[in-house]
Amino acid sequence: MAKEAPIKVDGVILETLPNAMFQVELENGHRVLAHISGKMRMNFIKILPGDKVTVELSPYDLKRGRITYRYK
Amino acid sequence: MITIKSAVEIDRLRESGRIVALTFRHIEPMVVPGITTEEIDREICRFITSQGGRPAFKGIPSSTGVPFPGNSCISIDEEVVHGIPNGRKLQAGQIVGIDIGVEKGGFYGDAARTYKVGNVSSLKDRLVQVTKEALAIAIQEARAERPLGAISHAIQTHVEAAGFSVVRDLVGHGIGKTLHEAPQIPNFGSSNQGPKLRVGMTLAIEPMVNAGKWQVRFLPDSWRVVTLDGSPSAHFENTIAITDSAPEVLTELVEDK
Repeated sequence: MAKEAPIKVDGVILETLPNAMFQVELENGHRVLAHISGKMRMNFIKILPGDKVTVELSPYDLKRGRITYRYK
Repeated sequence: MITIKSAVEIDRLRESGRIVALTFRHIEPMVVPGITTEEIDREICRFITSQGGRPAFKGIPSSTGVPFPGNSCISIDEEVVHGIPNGRKLQAGQIVGIDIGVEKGGFYGDAARTYKVGNVSSLKDRLVQVTKEALAIAIQEARAERPLGAISHAIQTHVEAAGFSVVRDLVGHGIGKTLHEAPQIPNFGSSNQGPKLRVGMTLAIEPMVNAGKWQVRFLPDSWRVVTLDGSPSAHFENTIAITDSAPEVLTELVEDK
């Protein structure tokens, strides 16, 4: 049986929380708890409130995500 | 985290896989015009149980919490995967994807085959052939020290060369003590991405191929997935174990290889 792949959604950072976690407000209005992806950490990409980002959500838990891209 | 299975654990997976393979051999003659998908599903359940296994799909919750009602997934034509068995009768000209999962001794086996009902159009015939080939090629790429992306890329290349498209919203998966484990195995991507494969990993590789565009629609019944443009879709899957040489296909019988 196949598994559902994660969904990519865009959103805006609302606030920074400890441990590189962020409150993100998605385009659809939902608020999720997201963490910064390892690749972004490795490349020292900083994220601040107000930044527009792409969040990857698992279909199995829509309240948590992984930030995979920060827009310029 | 991707778990490595011990020799004993792989033995258990071999046994579940064997039951899956036997079940396909058993029900293949049933895939003819006139039979309902329910009847096939019932026989699948009966046979798996007679072999000491348990049909693994029944009761699994969807991402929205709805439990899967069938013992197997039976998907016709534009249904990509997760078709729910019901009173629908098979008709000549259709392609039917049957996905079977078995649990025995705490370990799982998962495989899928797409069958042709009677005579089908040359497009469907080619679709089924290309998908079956894509799986075989992908399995050959599944060797230790290679990145997972080698599998994904091989599938995408073969399928797109034939003019078909690869479903992106659903993925293959690791398998072992649970039906779905890490890693996710997409059917597209670059050949150098993803974690390195290691001996002892057990994976369920499942190319899902659409004759038209890759986009799919998740139906409100919470399970069935159909192609957005209504084109037919084929699906083949096998559970394999990575070894230090060629991968071992656990869901195929030696005689059929």
